[in-house]
Amino acid sequence: MRPFTYERALDPVSAAARAAEVPGARFIAGGTNLIDLMKLEIETPDHLIDVNGTGLDEITVTEDGGLRIGALVSNTDLADHDVVRRDYPVLTRALVAGASGQLRNKATTGGNLLQRTRCPYFYDTAQPCNKRAQGSGCAALSPGAHSRQLGIIGVSDACIAQHPSDMAVALRVLDAVVETMTPAGDIRLIPLKDFHCLPGSTPEKESVLMDGEIITAVYLPPPVGGKQAYHKVRDRASYAFALVSVALIRHPDGSGRVALGGVAPKPWAMDEADAELPNGAKAVMAKLLEGARPTEENAFKIRLAERTLAAMLAGE
Amino acid sequence: MNEMFRDKIDISLTVNGEPVEGRVPAGQHLVDFLRGALGLTGAHASCEHGVCGACTIKVNGEAVRGCLMLAAQADGADIWTVEGLSDQGTIKDLQDAFVARNALQCGFCTPGMLVAIDELLGKEGVPSRAEIREHLSGNYCRCTGYEAIVDAVETVARARAQKGAA
Ligand SMILES: Cc1cc2nc3c(=O)[nH]c(=O)nc-3n(C[C@H](O)[C@H](O)[C@H](O)COP(=O)(O)OP(=O)(O)OC[C@H]3O[C@@H](n4cnc5c(N)ncnc54)[C@H](O)[C@@H]3O)c2cc1C
Ligand code: SF4
Ligand code: FES
Ligand code: FES
Repeated sequence: MRPFTYERALDPVSAAARAAEVPGARFIAGGTNLIDLMKLEIETPDHLIDVNGTGLDEITVTEDGGLRIGALVSNTDLADHDVVRRDYPVLTRALVAGASGQLRNKATTGGNLLQRTRCPYFYDTAQPCNKRAQGSGCAALSPGAHSRQLGIIGVSDACIAQHPSDMAVALRVLDAVVETMTPAGDIRLIPLKDFHCLPGSTPEKESVLMDGEIITAVYLPPPVGGKQAYHKVRDRASYAFALVSVALIRHPDGSGRVALGGVAPKPWAMDEADAELPNGAKAVMAKLLEGARPTEENAFKIRLAERTLAAMLAGE
Repeated sequence: MNEMFRDKIDISLTVNGEPVEGRVPAGQHLVDFLRGALGLTGAHASCEHGVCGACTIKVNGEAVRGCLMLAAQADGADIWTVEGLSDQGTIKDLQDAFVARNALQCGFCTPGMLVAIDELLGKEGVPSRAEIREHLSGNYCRCTGYEAIVDAVETVARARAQKGAA
């Protein structure tokens, strides 16, 4: 690990201001992704600003009947929260499908959204990777590379990494909004659907956050009801990242919403695809995965997504 | 180094019920502080990437990865390691069940297992075998094949529930 300095922030305003002012500064929340990547020297911050003391660890019901989830609420506490379990069950299911209990105890809502890809070549510093080292190339696209886990849609010639979060897929299907604070002290509201960037030619830029901007909360709209489910397909039954995951909300009249995980650089969803729900899984995926450009090794994800949704629709 | 840019951090915390003070390098991991500075070698540093669970300790009542937390972040925390839980006698029945059921062989994973199980047994109700497995999914054991560990946890959970009911 490279040497760095450390300070604790006591409120989001000063955390954001300091992060913009100190060169090479980064926030640390649960640390479960950042410390891991610092040990590998994939992340090399010069200065850490610990945001655990900023008081952003509460869940409150908003005036409109929705929920405000502080950025520092742990994945365990969020999954266990009574209102979440009752009114947003897809979120609880997605959370408990991720990582292990001991990691969820530390992992936070904000950190989870910003966790980095699990592309094996991003993790292997001996390999070229445009996300880790701009312009070095993409090892995942070289002949014979292992791309089984990686993305099939929204990807580019520069990077085909997938976003690994389970939580974010549920937040996407629930139409969540991310609240941030800029270093100037302004509050921004960013719909989750616009929060993560597609790689294009700049795969190192993963979200629309500006330098020093801190996530303060995530808002859920008032409960939409319906039957909610999260299905995660992976290479073993527990404690593995998704090959494909599906978050589903379904209403008695057949309408509903779908979001996919494991297939793209961000949770993948589309209104036009949701409109096809009454016509079945094949119709939904035809829209949602239109223009997909999988590798030979991960082309199976298209059928897998379709079958996973079909099984969920049949299982109701 | 001024106030804001510290590469050594003063921390004061409780470990196994005892107050502890320390000045730690910013980059020191909590598990290394416990092992190196305090000689509490029960929690092991194994994969050091959050995967295997050998470093499991309790921080403020929750089982966490000692390898993915900075010692600097433990300021003010209440920490329990397998040593403290053993000395207190709170996991004696679990340790006995591990021995009786051969739930350890080399023993490397055992401290982490015991701390993770202690968290599970602190919750209400008797966990099913599936729940026990899920709870321990982040703790790797390369020797036992897990079956004996699940047996031991199940035995203790039932025994404690009976005792509670009696
Ligand atoms: C072995 C293992 C298995 C895992 N399995 C899964 C899985 O199956 N599914 C899954 O979804 N996840 C999984 N994870 C990932 C885990 O969910 C993330 O590591 C965790 O959610 C990150 O949250 P954190 O609070 O620890 O973030 P940190 O590591 O503290 O931070 C992550 C990033 O977010 C930034 N950040 C943190 N908080 C804020 C904020 N408030 N504002 C702005 N920036 C911020 C940090 O600067 C950093 O860049 C796994 C992790 C491990 C180690
Ligand atoms: S897919 Fe993206 S993260 Fe993986 S090697 Fe290529 S550029 Fe790096
Ligand atoms: S040493 Fe911490 S999880 Fe393996
Ligand atoms: S007993 Fe050897 S690793 Fe579990």
